[in-house]
Amino acid sequence: MSRVDDLSAGDLEEYLRSHADKTLLRFLTCGSVDDGKSTLIGRLLYESKLLYDDQLRALEADSKRLGAADGELDFALLLDGLAAEREQGITIDVAYRFFSTDKRKFIVADTPGHEQYTRNMVTGASTADVAVILIDARKGVLIQTRRHSYLIALLGIRRVVLAINKLDLVGYSRPVFDRIEEEYRAFAGSIGLTDIVCLPLSAKKGDNVTTPSANTPWHRGPTLMEYLETVEIDSDAGNGPLRMPVQWVNRPNLDFRGFSGRVVGGSVRVGDRVRVLPSGKESTVARIVTQEGDLDRAVSGQSITLTLHHEIDISRGDLFAAADSPASVADQFEATLVWMSEDEMLPGRPYLLKIGAKTVGVTIAPPKYKVNVNSLEHLAAKTLHLNEIGVCNLNLDQVIAFDPYEQNRDTGGFILIDRFSNETIGAGLLHFALRRSQNIHWQAIEVNKQAHATLMGHKPCMVWFTGLSGAGKSTIANLVEKRLHAMGRHTYLLDGDNVRHGLNKDLGFTEADRVENIRRVAEVASLMVDAGLIVLVSFISPFRAERRMARTLVPQGEFCEVFVDTPLGVAEQRDTKGLYKKARRGELQNFTGIDSPYEPPEQPEVQIDTTACAPEDAAETIVAHLRATGVLDPL
Amino acid sequence: MRTLTHLQRLEAESIDIMREAVSECEKPVMLYSIGKDSSVMLHLAIKAFFPSKPPFPLLHVDTTWKFREMYEFRDARVRQLGLELIVHVNPEAVQRGINPFPHGSAVHTDIWKTEGLKQALDKHGFDLAFGGARRDEEKSRAKERIFSFRSAQHRWDPKMQRPELWRLYNARKNKGESIRVFPLSNWTELDVWEYIYFERIPIVPLYFAKKRPVVKRDGALIMVDDERMPLHADEAPALTSVRFRTLGCYPLTGAIESEADNLSGIIKEMLLATTSERQGRVIDHDSTGSMEKKKQEGYF
Repeated sequence: MSRVDDLSAGDLEEYLRSHADKTLLRFLTCGSVDDGKSTLIGRLLYESKLLYDDQLRALEADSKRLGAADGELDFALLLDGLAAEREQGITIDVAYRFFSTDKRKFIVADTPGHEQYTRNMVTGASTADVAVILIDARKGVLIQTRRHSYLIALLGIRRVVLAINKLDLVGYSRPVFDRIEEEYRAFAGSIGLTDIVCLPLSAKKGDNVTTPSANTPWHRGPTLMEYLETVEIDSDAGNGPLRMPVQWVNRPNLDFRGFSGRVVGGSVRVGDRVRVLPSGKESTVARIVTQEGDLDRAVSGQSITLTLHHEIDISRGDLFAAADSPASVADQFEATLVWMSEDEMLPGRPYLLKIGAKTVGVTIAPPKYKVNVNSLEHLAAKTLHLNEIGVCNLNLDQVIAFDPYEQNRDTGGFILIDRFSNETIGAGLLHFALRRSQNIHWQAIEVNKQAHATLMGHKPCMVWFTGLSGAGKSTIANLVEKRLHAMGRHTYLLDGDNVRHGLNKDLGFTEADRVENIRRVAEVASLMVDAGLIVLVSFISPFRAERRMARTLVPQGEFCEVFVDTPLGVAEQRDTKGLYKKARRGELQNFTGIDSPYEPPEQPEVQIDTTACAPEDAAETIVAHLRATGVLDPL
Repeated sequence: MRTLTHLQRLEAESIDIMREAVSECEKPVMLYSIGKDSSVMLHLAIKAFFPSKPPFPLLHVDTTWKFREMYEFRDARVRQLGLELIVHVNPEAVQRGINPFPHGSAVHTDIWKTEGLKQALDKHGFDLAFGGARRDEEKSRAKERIFSFRSAQHRWDPKMQRPELWRLYNARKNKGESIRVFPLSNWTELDVWEYIYFERIPIVPLYFAKKRPVVKRDGALIMVDDERMPLHADEAPALTSVRFRTLGCYPLTGAIESEADNLSGIIKEMLLATTSERQGRVIDHDSTGSMEKKKQEGYF
């Protein structure tokens, strides 16, 4: 922007034209706590004359107030925008900063260095074209440097600037610089990073940031700014085959049916043959519609609306792909996961997975291994905790179209969402489809559920009893079964304690094992419903997520959740099995109600208050409910 | 392979965000504040859904203290585009006669805008609202997600933000909760002006210099837009050639002296400017971190 001063009014149009043709580079900065990331960005803004007077004045005031030692400007204060960050003097969350030069516009993601903010760094890296890794010249390559480099390689950023900073504090020593460069290149090569530029910097003093420094006459490479202004941008997967997720079906009237989305790979021309996934139907592109008029061709990165020559069924979440180079379709994958939630990953628990414009149900198998991000060792793991990275198999509830992440970030990257809190709890990179997913098909069975039910003479149903230990679930379930049996109904009672002696005897009482316990029981119960039985399931089943999963295994109307509502104090007083006493003495870990949570149902079909209702009356209430919903014939 | 220019990339991203947002919610609305950012956002919405019309109404949370030219512009623009506009005026603020003079900017903003916005969202049951805020405006905005989750009480928790990766936006929420979506997050002030210039987007004439009656108060040039503004004994409105870099309530919006009466003139002045745009706004200066506080309480 430096040359604006001598613009005359007539030149402005030309100036803006040249400005408008600039490209956009997104990069992230990372490094460990005191390497001076924020200082470097502040310096870039300052040197590009992009700090306004009032911002500078505010910065001077903040620097004094928060006690910058030597009275110098503390550029970090420009970026740490949250009150907690300024108080603690650290960066917690990703901050995005913007600046431009005569050649380019830049978006910088300033990411936190601490290990406990790995998820924030991954977030910043997911949209970056280039990574700038800072190193304190006095400290050299640290564990954090390795961790950040690994994450950058994992997220598919190929171009790295190693900014060897604070070189002024080692007397601009070339041997120090050379030693760090050599060490880093050896490490980076081992994780697949090869496009690396090493720069001798002092962000604080400004050496080699925007102008070549007289202090490092031995440095032949570019300044940081020169590099950023000229490095090639190839983040948009522009050279691959066409990929475009359908975001929105555009139907202004009966004569127009368009499919809106953003091209995330390759390009598309009018007349191109396209395949719609996962259905596999094909057509040719009739028009590429934009408000400024139709286009002949659209490239990766553009948001467009396509119309086709044929009427085929397409909805949000489908993927347009080049007919001669389509994406794969599968429902079981191997993927790398980055866990981002305070709550640990629970293998078997149903989560949601969003990829492109599609959201599907997913369960995750126990990790094959997790990665120690500092040493890059593979470690055995049963689950993943916050900020942990591991490789797992995924099982989706329907097929999706995908590419391996290394081929296309947009068709291979996904997020995981908790079904209840709706938080984003993880992110993942798809590697490949599991072969079994392509080889195991549903066998079409001729004697079906309907046929079983007809022979039984009644509708099947899953009656799910939930409540604390000692609430009275088994007592009531027994009474209900006796009554149904007396009526000549075909029933089966699955009881928590009994199943743990057989099918589930390998499981303990950790949260993860409880989830698996319920998953297996729900699957067994669902098979029995398929066989035409009325299945009574009596399990503590403390978590909403798994009860909901059980509910989704059978059609609506065939699931009846019975909440046996006994207050903890009452159940503990009854303590028929003596378990509460043991738990209170600390002899039983993970006991529901004591040191493991119980999540009461929000809308059970039947709620039994056992403090106000005898077991016989409770059984009668449940039988009446089954009559009312048509599982049993009316009286 | 052609690389998109920065404006093309920003435009495509904003359109992508809007399409994703309307697909993932039940009842969206677009906050329309009449300023230049709103004008750009509206222009992008028309592109995003063409040939359909944007599938949501516009909502103006009015304080009754905007410049008269803003109201004229708003009504003309909505008529021209054939869109639905909802104007919400906080009845409690009307009843209590809240205004910037005795009540100060903090109370005025809180009751008219923050409370008014919450009322309007609750009244119509909107579960997603588009806003024109940009990350380059202010430090706490720089940290906010594009899809920003709000509790049932409309609160923002900066420490509990959802990670936002790639182009995957998580707009899921439970009943009563809502999402604010900022399609212009990655635009800068200069991008906005360039885009207005190249796309010939109509903007309120107050952005262009003209002789207007102003008084100097607490270091800011305040336009006397109507007779409701009480003048101090030593104040006499003087006709001065001024324009506005941002628009809000007229008693809270400082003008700058300028002769720039066309787009290229104001862009040139902006390129040479030495103060940032929100400096003309009184509300950000209340205290350090004030925007973060306001946002936590439900301000856009």
